[in-house]
Amino acid sequence: MSLERAQVLHVAKLAKLELNDAEVEKMGVELSAVLEHVDRIRELDLGAVEPTSHAVDVAGVMRADEPQPCLDRDVILAAAPEPVDGAFGVPSPGPSEE
Amino acid sequence: MSELIELTAAEAAAKVRAREIDAAELFEAYRARAAADELNAFTWVATEAPPADPESPLAGVPLAVKDLFCTEGVPSQAGSKILEGYRPPYTATVVANATRAGATLLAKTNQDEFAMGSSNENSAFGPVLNPWDRGRVPGGSSGGSAAAVAAGLTPWAFGTDTGGSIRQPAALCGIVGIKPTYGACSRWGMIAFASSLDQAGPFTRNVTDGALLLSHMVGHDPRDSTSVAMPEPISAPTAEDLKGIRLGVPEELLGGGDNGMGIEAGVRENFEATLKLAESLGATVDTCHLPHAPHALSAYYLIAPAEASANLARYDGVRYGLRVGGDTDLNTMYSRTRAEGFGPEVKRRIMLGTYALSSGYYDAYYGTALKVRTKISEDFRTVFGEFDFVVTPTSPWTAFELGAKTADPLAMYLNDFCTVPMSLAGIPGISIPSGLSDGLPVGFQLAGPAFSESRMIDAAYALEQAIGFDTSAARA
Repeated sequence: MSLERAQVLHVAKLAKLELNDAEVEKMGVELSAVLEHVDRIRELDLGAVEPTSHAVDVAGVMRADEPQPCLDRDVILAAAPEPVDGAFGVPSPGPSEE
Repeated sequence: MSELIELTAAEAAAKVRAREIDAAELFEAYRARAAADELNAFTWVATEAPPADPESPLAGVPLAVKDLFCTEGVPSQAGSKILEGYRPPYTATVVANATRAGATLLAKTNQDEFAMGSSNENSAFGPVLNPWDRGRVPGGSSGGSAAAVAAGLTPWAFGTDTGGSIRQPAALCGIVGIKPTYGACSRWGMIAFASSLDQAGPFTRNVTDGALLLSHMVGHDPRDSTSVAMPEPISAPTAEDLKGIRLGVPEELLGGGDNGMGIEAGVRENFEATLKLAESLGATVDTCHLPHAPHALSAYYLIAPAEASANLARYDGVRYGLRVGGDTDLNTMYSRTRAEGFGPEVKRRIMLGTYALSSGYYDAYYGTALKVRTKISEDFRTVFGEFDFVVTPTSPWTAFELGAKTADPLAMYLNDFCTVPMSLAGIPGISIPSGLSDGLPVGFQLAGPAFSESRMIDAAYALEQAIGFDTSAARA
């Protein structure tokens, strides 16, 4: 399973990672090598098998839907790169993408 | 001062309680050593001893904690530039559990970035050196914690294990490392890599200390809905033999092979010798079968990156950590922040995970990997019907040279093939030092059914006593 440049660029866009040309090329090679190895699981006959996302079974773990105390706003904003009026300041979105 | 360092954590705690030694003096002895560290094991070291309670179970014994555990007001960076200097406003539950029991925070330890790695060469803060041979890696991702314990820079430490990141560095550094059952330790406050796999656990000089520290880490936490109360408390080990214990050696992992999953000759020799020793202690040793174990690595390197791609989406320059391009537009800020803040391995895994979850590939990759996980869990359940523990060498080889495996990501991933099956199945595993091969430590892994920690630790203890490994060599 070999990744083409266009696929690498598509995944990088989904992952919000800016990659330069050299990185795109290297990433394609490296990911292709890993995918080639992991591809082998697709040969297994697993049709009727249920997927497991959580290995140790638990049930009834949700708490009552009651508000609990949380961290003070000022404490949280102390770590923010650009606090603005009690909120997280960010640059505006650019023009919408194709 | 050096006599203080030679005490195990349990011995030190007992002496503090008996007022034979002073907790502040003990802390300072370790703090001075940590501050003078040449292995690059730490990202932060305390400048003074916190107050200690000599009556408490852990009696002020100092504890080093992997960088990714949130520790209020103290840098918690997960080994990454994207969180460089970040000081959380809260403390991880397992750290709070230990300090409530009397442990004192000595230092934060260096690690592979976001727990992704098997050599501690992926840290934004430089590699960690193995105290047994400074030209070699300590293992990863909890390399700093392992090196620090092995070199006597801290009596014990916390690490995390997602695919082997406690067990493998423990093996490469000649110390004890435990990955508990998934859910035994709360993940609240642990900077996440792969949420269905991450588990906190102890690094210690011996099994007794491991049991002691782990017993003060575990517990249900309402803030982590995957955390589960241990059905029974973790007891101090006492076993003098292994009579009646049935050990299973999985043929699919030990058979050797042409897919890169081979065991180094010296490690295999030590493993066989350890099995003979176990038999002399009364254990029976037989081949067992984990038919899907050869596919565990593939499943892991789809599931873990997939979960990581979701967990690391939060590092976007908005709320904390690094921000790049705040004067451009939102999307550019996201992409540039992440491009500059993440190292190459983290980017690789985010890309791999994003791909595996993307439309058109989700079922074929992530979905299939989850089914392989089901089969691996079933394989273990079947084996535990006839065996008490599965045993393997922890790592296929001893500590390799710095730079030896960095050119090929896949070569690095192969470090984990004996540890990831247990991670996927959520079952506990312990690595104990079982000898040396060409002067480098070898680890022996026992894995038991979910929540079998006390029995597993007890068996490991009996074996440890018989092996008689000298951990002091690396503390010189």
